[in-house]
Amino acid sequence: MIASLHSPLATELAARYPATHPVGDWVRAHLSPFGAFTVNALLALALTTVFVSLTALFLVWMERKVCARFQLRLGPNRVGPFGLLQTLADGAKLFLKESFMPREADFFVYHLAPLIPITSSFMVFCVLPFDHHIQIADPQGGLIYLAAFLGMGVFGVLLAGWASNNKYSLLGGMRSGAQMIAYEISYVLCLLLIVLASGSASTRDIVLAQHGTVLNWWLFKLPGCGALGFLIFLISSTAELHRAPFDIAEAESELTGGFHTEYSGMGFSMFFLSEYSNLFVAAGLGTTLFLGGFLAPQFGLGPLDRALDLVPGFAWFLLKVYGLIYLYMWLRWTFPRLRVDQLMALEWKFLLPLALGNLAIAAVLVTLGWLLP
Amino acid sequence: MTVYDAMFWFFSLALLLCGVLVLISRDAVASALFMVLGFIFLAGLYLLLEAWFLALIQILVYAGAIMVLFLFVVMLLDFREKRRWWHGNLLGWLGAPLAVAALLAALLPVLKRAGALADAPEKWFEGTLENVMTPVFTRYLLPVEVTALILLAATIGVVVLGRKETKP
Repeated sequence: MIASLHSPLATELAARYPATHPVGDWVRAHLSPFGAFTVNALLALALTTVFVSLTALFLVWMERKVCARFQLRLGPNRVGPFGLLQTLADGAKLFLKESFMPREADFFVYHLAPLIPITSSFMVFCVLPFDHHIQIADPQGGLIYLAAFLGMGVFGVLLAGWASNNKYSLLGGMRSGAQMIAYEISYVLCLLLIVLASGSASTRDIVLAQHGTVLNWWLFKLPGCGALGFLIFLISSTAELHRAPFDIAEAESELTGGFHTEYSGMGFSMFFLSEYSNLFVAAGLGTTLFLGGFLAPQFGLGPLDRALDLVPGFAWFLLKVYGLIYLYMWLRWTFPRLRVDQLMALEWKFLLPLALGNLAIAAVLVTLGWLLP
Repeated sequence: MTVYDAMFWFFSLALLLCGVLVLISRDAVASALFMVLGFIFLAGLYLLLEAWFLALIQILVYAGAIMVLFLFVVMLLDFREKRRWWHGNLLGWLGAPLAVAALLAALLPVLKRAGALADAPEKWFEGTLENVMTPVFTRYLLPVEVTALILLAATIGVVVLGRKETKP
């Protein structure tokens, strides 16, 4: 735990994990401050765009493959090696499709809605620490920023449901709006748990506070509370992502497609893209908060630790993130869908009191210093 | 004009424009959306003042939570019929300028001092999370806790009032 931002340990960690990237340094050395800022911002933006697009493409393929394995099928295997280019082909098809709109739909809102979730997802990518020097911004209130822009995503769903002027879309939008508002509470309480434990709301500081062995990850270091918090985080983030077993927003058998029933072509693919980039964001957040982020797992065994430490941080980050994503997919293809009332009862009557109690107990543990060494 | 000034004017004018559009747009959902946009521009003004925490809370609470609630209610009630943009009556058209004039008159003392305040060598307070929240949890702990208690009481009250009568 970093007791103070200015303690010797914090200084040592800052020296060991420098925040500036060589590329950014090179740009700063050759340009005026304003020019360097602009060039670095554009570089970061381009990198994020490419990364998010490729990740979403890959995740769609991965979901289809994982689903197929769970159902004893092969999944996409014709386009490209292992069917890897299948999503690209599907994307091209969606791109070429006619994008039509219901006659009575609200033109402006109908076209605005698909852009909101993808924007909020991009905004949140900015504070994820991929490595100690690969992070676009590290604001002091990083987790507040994250909660603020994750919450903006619900606008897209609500507006899409309303603007389509279709009863199934409206019902789907309302359901998912209510669901996201409800589960956001326990989601944010999980963020608060980690802020309480690490004494900082900056994502980078939270990762550095888990420095040490595997037992220093917040999953284990807060005895009991960390694991329970991780479980609550998993459940509420699955609900935030509208993934099964919480996908009542697009329950095909009842609502045809939920809020995106009336969307075709690029509008639909924007919702699809944001769904998968949000999946990456949720897994990245879980990794950052509970699994030590970009830090290599250390087991207190000298040679093994040094070998593991040689692997660059972003490889560890991506490995942990994809582990979590696999877990999300596993959940999706294992559990049946919940009913609306069950979903609401689960949050308000069970998860929320549990998260509040967990937070209170964790506050006592942190105050008394009863953490794993 | 510096970049700072340009951004200030951009955010301020956009905020005013959004405020006007909230009033005159024909559609309740469009009004709510312009309000969200206005809140975001207001957060931009806070950022220019280096009030980072306030800007984030502005987006989290107002643009995120409260406006989602507004939208929810608007959608549930479904104001689909379009209002005319001159909706209202003569009283409204006369009353609005009067209200604006009264507000300006009330703000006049502040506006008069604005120049002097801008030149004053004040102690700069950076609105970071740490700077804002430390007094809240030390000096102003009691008022914050009392406010929280009042809000909790209000929430419980709403639950009690909104409960459906169940027949025995």
